[in-house]
Amino acid sequence: MAIERHLNDTVHVTNLEWFVNWSRKSSMWPLGFGLACCALEMIATFVSRYDLSRFGMEVARPSPRHADLMIVSGTASKKMLPAVLRIYEQMADPKWVIAMGACACSGGIYKNYAVVQGIDRYLPVDVYIPGCPPRPEALLDGILQLHAKVMKEQSIKNPRVPRIKAAGQ
Amino acid sequence: MKQEEIVKKLSGVFGPDVIQSTTEFRGEAAVTVAADRILEVCRFLKDDPDLSFAFLSFVGGVDWYPQVPRFEMVYQLYSVKHRHRFRVKARIDEKPGADPVIDSITEIWPTANWHERETAEMFGIVFRNHPDPRKLLLPDNWKVHPLRKDFPVIGTEEDTPDLPKRAGGS
Repeated sequence: MAIERHLNDTVHVTNLEWFVNWSRKSSMWPLGFGLACCALEMIATFVSRYDLSRFGMEVARPSPRHADLMIVSGTASKKMLPAVLRIYEQMADPKWVIAMGACACSGGIYKNYAVVQGIDRYLPVDVYIPGCPPRPEALLDGILQLHAKVMKEQSIKNPRVPRIKAAGQ
Repeated sequence: MKQEEIVKKLSGVFGPDVIQSTTEFRGEAAVTVAADRILEVCRFLKDDPDLSFAFLSFVGGVDWYPQVPRFEMVYQLYSVKHRHRFRVKARIDEKPGADPVIDSITEIWPTANWHERETAEMFGIVFRNHPDPRKLLLPDNWKVHPLRKDFPVIGTEEDTPDLPKRAGGS
């Protein structure tokens, strides 16, 4: 770290991978969409009381082309599933998925003909947040866990390949 | 108009071959009418100036399996003018190898359109002369009727798949 001192601390030396990961986790833009009642807790997380902008995430993108993170907030019905997968496919790499709430994790109380029994049957989920619905604090904790996960990724040497499981079954 | 007066008025116009039975529960009357005469009865209930049921609150179906006749339609009516409510039912039999059929009342109350579409997909009841007989809530590729009593609540992989077969990239 001697170089920095010789340049009067005007530069900072690190490795590229750390820098890429830090950039990604510091402005991870979520996709602005909600599936069910969990979406209300997600909206509460965005607004000023819980203030997701503290983590560089206040820009909920209406277009999947601009989004990095899909928060599957609520019950995914079988009729909605093709649309959810289409939206996920439209997001640019790298992209992450949070399964928010009991329904997105496992189908929740809806063990019936109309509900997908866990979105992880189709999407590569990074973080599962239990709760019915999870409080904003729980969503914040899940997001911070995801940030920690992103910081550990080998984004240069071994980049992740997000892929839908069993697509077009 | 009181409930029993509505029943009396209806019985005065239609004979016992149309008004099959009358029930009363907690002060609310309901008449069961012959399914093939439902249009006539509904039109009278709407057009008669003493009744004038201009507002159709709800249309729904009931599966009484294993009773015969198996299905029942329920029509909840309200009169904005007279502030009274009424309930009309019709039993529909299921012939072997054929769908249960009843006339659509969309031409009398247009709001019945979506109610009947939902009832059609959930119970498999066919509405004759319905203007738009598509599915309302269920995925288009499903052939089953989930609110029938003999339908398994968790569905099956064949009848209620998560995704349409060969979804073309989605």
